[in-house]
Amino acid sequence: MTQAPERYMGNGLPRKEDPNLVTGKANWTDNIKLPGMVHMSMLRSPFARAKVTKLDVSAALERPGVVAAFTGADLAEEWPGGVPCAAVVSEEQKTPFFPPIVTDEVRHVGDVVAVVVASDRYAAQDALEFIEVDYEPLPAIVNMEDALKADSPLVHEDLGTNECFTYTANVGNTDELFDRTDDSGDAGAEIRGPEIQGQGDTDEAFRQASVVVKERYIQQRLLPTAIEPRAAVAYPDPGHGGYVIYSSTQVPHLAKIVLSLATGIPENQIRVVAPDVGGGFGSKLNIYREEILAVVLAKTLGVPVKFVEDRSENYQATIHGRGQIQDIELAADSEGKILGMRVKLLDDMGAYLQLLTPVIAISGGAMFPGVYTFDNFSIEIKGVFTNLTPTDAYRGAGRPEACYAIERAMDSLARELDMDPAEIRRRNFYEPFDEPTANPAGLMYDSFNLQGALDRAIELADYQSLREEQRRRRESNDPVQLGIGFATYTEICGLGPSHALAGLGIGGGGWEVASVRMLVTGKVEVATGTSPHGQGHETSWSQIAADVLGVTPDDVEVLHGDTGIVPFGRDTYGSRSLAVGGIAVYHAANKVVEKGKKIAAHMLEAAEDDIEFEGGKFSVAGSPDQNVGIGDVAGAAYLGNDLPEGMEPTLNETMTFDPPNFTFPFGAHICVTEVDTETGAVKIRDYIAVDDCGPVINPTIVDGQLHGGLAQGIAQALYEGVIYDEEGNLLTASMVNYMIPGAPELPNYTLDRTVTPSPSNPLGVKGVGEAGTIGAPPAVINSVVDALSPMGIRHIDMPASPMRVWKAIQNAQGKPSGDRQEDASLGASAADIKQGGDA
Amino acid sequence: MRRIQVSVNGVAYEHEVEPRLLLVHYLREGLNLTGTMVGCNTSNCGACTVLLDGESVKSCTLFAVQADGHEITTVQGLQTNGDWHPMQTAFHEQHALQCGYCTPGMILASVSYLKENPNPNEEDIREALEGNYCRCTGYENIVKAVQQAAGQTS
Repeated sequence: MTQAPERYMGNGLPRKEDPNLVTGKANWTDNIKLPGMVHMSMLRSPFARAKVTKLDVSAALERPGVVAAFTGADLAEEWPGGVPCAAVVSEEQKTPFFPPIVTDEVRHVGDVVAVVVASDRYAAQDALEFIEVDYEPLPAIVNMEDALKADSPLVHEDLGTNECFTYTANVGNTDELFDRTDDSGDAGAEIRGPEIQGQGDTDEAFRQASVVVKERYIQQRLLPTAIEPRAAVAYPDPGHGGYVIYSSTQVPHLAKIVLSLATGIPENQIRVVAPDVGGGFGSKLNIYREEILAVVLAKTLGVPVKFVEDRSENYQATIHGRGQIQDIELAADSEGKILGMRVKLLDDMGAYLQLLTPVIAISGGAMFPGVYTFDNFSIEIKGVFTNLTPTDAYRGAGRPEACYAIERAMDSLARELDMDPAEIRRRNFYEPFDEPTANPAGLMYDSFNLQGALDRAIELADYQSLREEQRRRRESNDPVQLGIGFATYTEICGLGPSHALAGLGIGGGGWEVASVRMLVTGKVEVATGTSPHGQGHETSWSQIAADVLGVTPDDVEVLHGDTGIVPFGRDTYGSRSLAVGGIAVYHAANKVVEKGKKIAAHMLEAAEDDIEFEGGKFSVAGSPDQNVGIGDVAGAAYLGNDLPEGMEPTLNETMTFDPPNFTFPFGAHICVTEVDTETGAVKIRDYIAVDDCGPVINPTIVDGQLHGGLAQGIAQALYEGVIYDEEGNLLTASMVNYMIPGAPELPNYTLDRTVTPSPSNPLGVKGVGEAGTIGAPPAVINSVVDALSPMGIRHIDMPASPMRVWKAIQNAQGKPSGDRQEDASLGASAADIKQGGDA
Repeated sequence: MRRIQVSVNGVAYEHEVEPRLLLVHYLREGLNLTGTMVGCNTSNCGACTVLLDGESVKSCTLFAVQADGHEITTVQGLQTNGDWHPMQTAFHEQHALQCGYCTPGMILASVSYLKENPNPNEEDIREALEGNYCRCTGYENIVKAVQQAAGQTS
């Protein structure tokens, strides 16, 4: 009797990754010890902007244990390319030279002035204090709007401007639409009534426009805060003549290229290994000056060099996320149907361009229309240099910004039209579709059914009962008010089609590679170009390969994160791994089966067309007893002495998958908050998330990704925010001052799924790593504002701390709320509360 | 330099250490017990949590000399005859870890807490783990894991 093959895809198998991690056997970069290894420590600037007028490392060289000390001038010839940026978003983009060690001027607190190499970290750190350095402090540019003023000092004088780029896109008649409706050109969050109704314009769409909402939102800077700080070990490879770099990175393959470009060391002499990596969230999707320095020092000194940052360095020198001022306008008709959207963004680059800094806002720009269909859309994005830590991709990378703006504006539109926030969303949804459909910015959404997700979320939330409870609390003047906040979102995942990435200005393809090797013993090796750091690829890829090959996941070993073992790959970021890399595994495994059929046909003396494959067995159609297992086929392929004429030995297939389109997961979130109007404290009572990421390979892992993503989204909404003072000093420079939410701050989640397959790949999968981080911030803030809307409060900036909520309430009631310095980087334009008071 | 005697995971050690050497560096660099990690250097994140005479402490904010004469347990000493501690099993079964960097500290803090309170409710567990940050899981599955282990050990 033939047993039906077990199907592993769709099962929440416990992870194969866990045993090492729960027993303390993981291989973190900081664990690596090599003979003769030395440690490097950086002297970092205490000023946001200053000339270095004197620099002498000679006293440091005299300290115990010190092996070497270098200035930027000493090593400048070793990094002809500087720290490379892979993104060019416009012809006029200004890309400053980014030296691993500066030679003249420091441009942010934490900028690198010199490096000391010593026998251990303690000795290296001690010696830093003996470097003689004089600074001439200069006025720092900490605020984007100030940076763009004509008389502003310049972050990079040689560039002649603080404007990195201006990017514009225009679809339809947006300017005409808004020029007609926009009578004052004022900025700041504001909602205006149907003033333009019946003005008799010739433009049909415009004649219908009866309401415009005009808002200003702030995306505060965030610290990605992978719990493992960055670390790297670089050493000359004695057998090979090149260099090996272990790094806590998401992108070993990109690092290999970038380290070669930066140092001039040929790419084929560099091997990069990402061992166990303790979280990334985008912050390790970069090749940092310290990694370049480690390679340069290993080359210069001929010994292994280790770099491990501490948390304060991580907060000063690892990229920050977000940092955006958003002006968004929506025009709609009296029924709430959106007619057009106009967006202007200022995006904070910081002092230099890291790997993808300029493209983050651009890639998010096309997502501002969200899940709503309309015709007229325009966007202008300015990238601005400041004397602050560079920004780059942080979980969501452009999409949380876009989703927040449209989802907040939708609530304002609903309020203006006195319409239920769920209803206004429905009126603008796409009809469900399963073939690519253009959004107003020209992206081809792959498949949607927002109605299904929203219906389910509303059902799970028991929405009508919540509104009832809200009404009761309002009527009884309950000091604790109830808020109900919606976010219906989509995100762009599965980065990505190479031609589309080129269109965004990203250098490098978006394909992914997998090799599936049947070993002579019947075991399977899957080599993947993705580079997991918590996502569980070893488990999920095993499930995919096991199902295709008819083996068990335990028969499959997944290799990753080493350019010496997996030579080609594009690594892990942008929720791309499953929808591109997992699909490459699927295709490669199918290629194994196809070749296996030829071998089986030969072994069974049957025609290839008659061979069927199921449950790990090749059999002759109609004669199931004539069969051979895939392990035996693999053995025959390996021995190679009895194969079909002309066939290459081994069962070892590689697939490079370049997807035809991105994927667009979507979903509906409802956040229920209790807001204490006396203290400003916000408690999330329930969080309902109905997400659609297509078919699910491992539901346990998917739920885990959602939990973590939601946690980071809630963190942005309620807790986290970088604070700089007016001199550009980072005040949130350690975990003591930066509010990472702990277990008591976060809720449990009510999760459910709808399943709408993507036409972009044969498994229909979409990706899930960032969904929660994208949906949560607007859902939470919409909820808080909903709770307080009877007071006339229409907006509270993130993070909606008790202090900010309390101030909003005080202001709304015409009471004093005190004056407290907030973040200076966005502060001048991010006045706490836009409505009802002192701003 | 000062001479210390410590027992770590049941093994007795005697070493000369610098007075300023942090316990976590003694464990990692001195004893090669790399299951204990540094996450924040300010005793906020708890990645370096170990047990000192059975109670959880943050080894990045203790000096090695303060451990003199004490018993230390790291995650590498939690197994009994090769069998996982129920807390390790619970973390695996409840998918209470993703990248795993916070996991040893989280497990040890949880083990220590259940000795203090063998029958905690969800809120108790969340409060008890406030000194251990996880950036991947959002904590829900960690709480479930501690509940599972509590059910098995109480």
